[in-house]
Amino acid sequence: MADKQTTVSALADEIESGMTLGIGGWGSRRKPMALVRELLHRDVTDLTLVSYGGPDVGLLVEAGKVTKVICGFVTLDSIALDPLWRAARQAGTVELTEVDEGLFYLGLQAAAWRVPFLPARAGLGSAVQSETPAFKTVANPYVDGPFSDPADAGAELFAMPALRLDIAAVHVNVADTAGSAMVLGPDAHFDDLFLGAATRRFVTAEKVVAAGTLAEHGPLERATIHRLLTDKVAETPGGAHFTANPPDAPRDEAFQKLYATAAKDPETWLAFKERFLSGDEAAYQSAVETWRSEQ
Amino acid sequence: MSDVTRADICTIACAEAWRGDGEVMASPFGSVPALGARLAKSTFAPDLVLTDGEAALVHGIPTLATRPNELVRESSVPYKTIFAIVWSGRRHIMMMASQVDQFGNQNIAAIGDHAKPKAQLVGVRGAPGNSVNHATSYWVPDHNPRSFVASVDVVCGVGNDRAAAAGPGASRFHDLRRVVSNLGVFDFGGPDGSMRLVSVHPGVEVADVVAATGFELAGIDGTVPTTRTPSDAELALMDELDPRGARHKEVAG
Repeated sequence: MADKQTTVSALADEIESGMTLGIGGWGSRRKPMALVRELLHRDVTDLTLVSYGGPDVGLLVEAGKVTKVICGFVTLDSIALDPLWRAARQAGTVELTEVDEGLFYLGLQAAAWRVPFLPARAGLGSAVQSETPAFKTVANPYVDGPFSDPADAGAELFAMPALRLDIAAVHVNVADTAGSAMVLGPDAHFDDLFLGAATRRFVTAEKVVAAGTLAEHGPLERATIHRLLTDKVAETPGGAHFTANPPDAPRDEAFQKLYATAAKDPETWLAFKERFLSGDEAAYQSAVETWRSEQ
Repeated sequence: MSDVTRADICTIACAEAWRGDGEVMASPFGSVPALGARLAKSTFAPDLVLTDGEAALVHGIPTLATRPNELVRESSVPYKTIFAIVWSGRRHIMMMASQVDQFGNQNIAAIGDHAKPKAQLVGVRGAPGNSVNHATSYWVPDHNPRSFVASVDVVCGVGNDRAAAAGPGASRFHDLRRVVSNLGVFDFGGPDGSMRLVSVHPGVEVADVVAATGFELAGIDGTVPTTRTPSDAELALMDELDPRGARHKEVAG
């Protein structure tokens, strides 16, 4: 059995300019932030991000790593909009392909199932369609015969294309060295589909344990990421900070507020970056600890 | 009844949106709709299903101030299940609208040009899918010509005109119910599914509504009903379900 364990730094080494990167989690929940922070220090540019966007998108966009984002929002949950995202959008420095949250799910599912698209009602008549002419519709082929439904005869449906990813990265509570992983919080979101949609599949975890021992750390049915979905795992305690990652840690609301407040003002933002984001992950965690002790 | 506030009236008007819905997921956005859904469930719509706002359906009726660790959760509904519910139609959402137009197209994504907006808002979120899959209502706490507009900048929630134009794929389950603003209640019973004034809140004149609306409203001729006032029992329930008065922070008056 392969040992898939590696480091966050080694994962970042694989991310190259021009790639399409899928980032798991949702909003400010269970984001692989340690890997995002590592990328801030890399030369990589021209990324396309595919994300239920949170501070992962705000930070990478602000750092100039991103040309294009495919998403339906970039939120901090308890704060409606990531200020770095707002600023980039209003400056016109990032291209956005905006999709409905549910279509996003179907796009990942289509890629994971290796079909070119999945049909939906969502998107029809909306700006998702009008702002991105590359999105197509498909005619319901069941106009007659045993499987037809007269109410949908003649229906055109939105054909959500497969969102194929070069690399996907997700963050979980526990992974094992063989690449199985367990989400102990209330929602595993779409992480299995991000991994399924990607060519290279990375899991970062609060804790990496011996292969085959996940059941000692929680109910086995929470181990929804099996090892056929993963290539590499890296342990990085606190690696989702400041996003929510229960039961290991709730969202650090105080720190998120510090981030969001700093992000609204260029000078304060520079000071924030200098204090928290200028060093490696150990330096980040230590700076957060120091900040916390001052509160 | 002089101590009945505009927020109380708006709460009743929002609650009424769920009347007769039966066992569907009520998804309110904003404090006033959140209280309205709870009030409806406490009184005339007991089968409504509420969520914890994260990944579970809740048992009973939490207040707006109930802490997450005090909620009684009855089943797990991660986002994958939420979308299954959305696409099944067993949901009635009340979203907010930064802009809403004559046919109920809604914008929460951006003001100005989508490529480089004057103001970036929250994004399309789930509005395109919600609006063509299940009952949809809107709550606009600040009714003015910039929120009730002739044409929205980015269509998120799909209006009656665009749903019809897109054909049965979009229109089959498209079901715009009502818009509640701080001035009145509206439905889409006007010509070609356009917005119609249903009632004005106590103290609001029809002319106030017309002046605050950037398009032609149906239903403004003749006698326009006044939005009903909550009963004493309903007012007591509102205070119980909203002990910190969150509704009053959303609507003045």
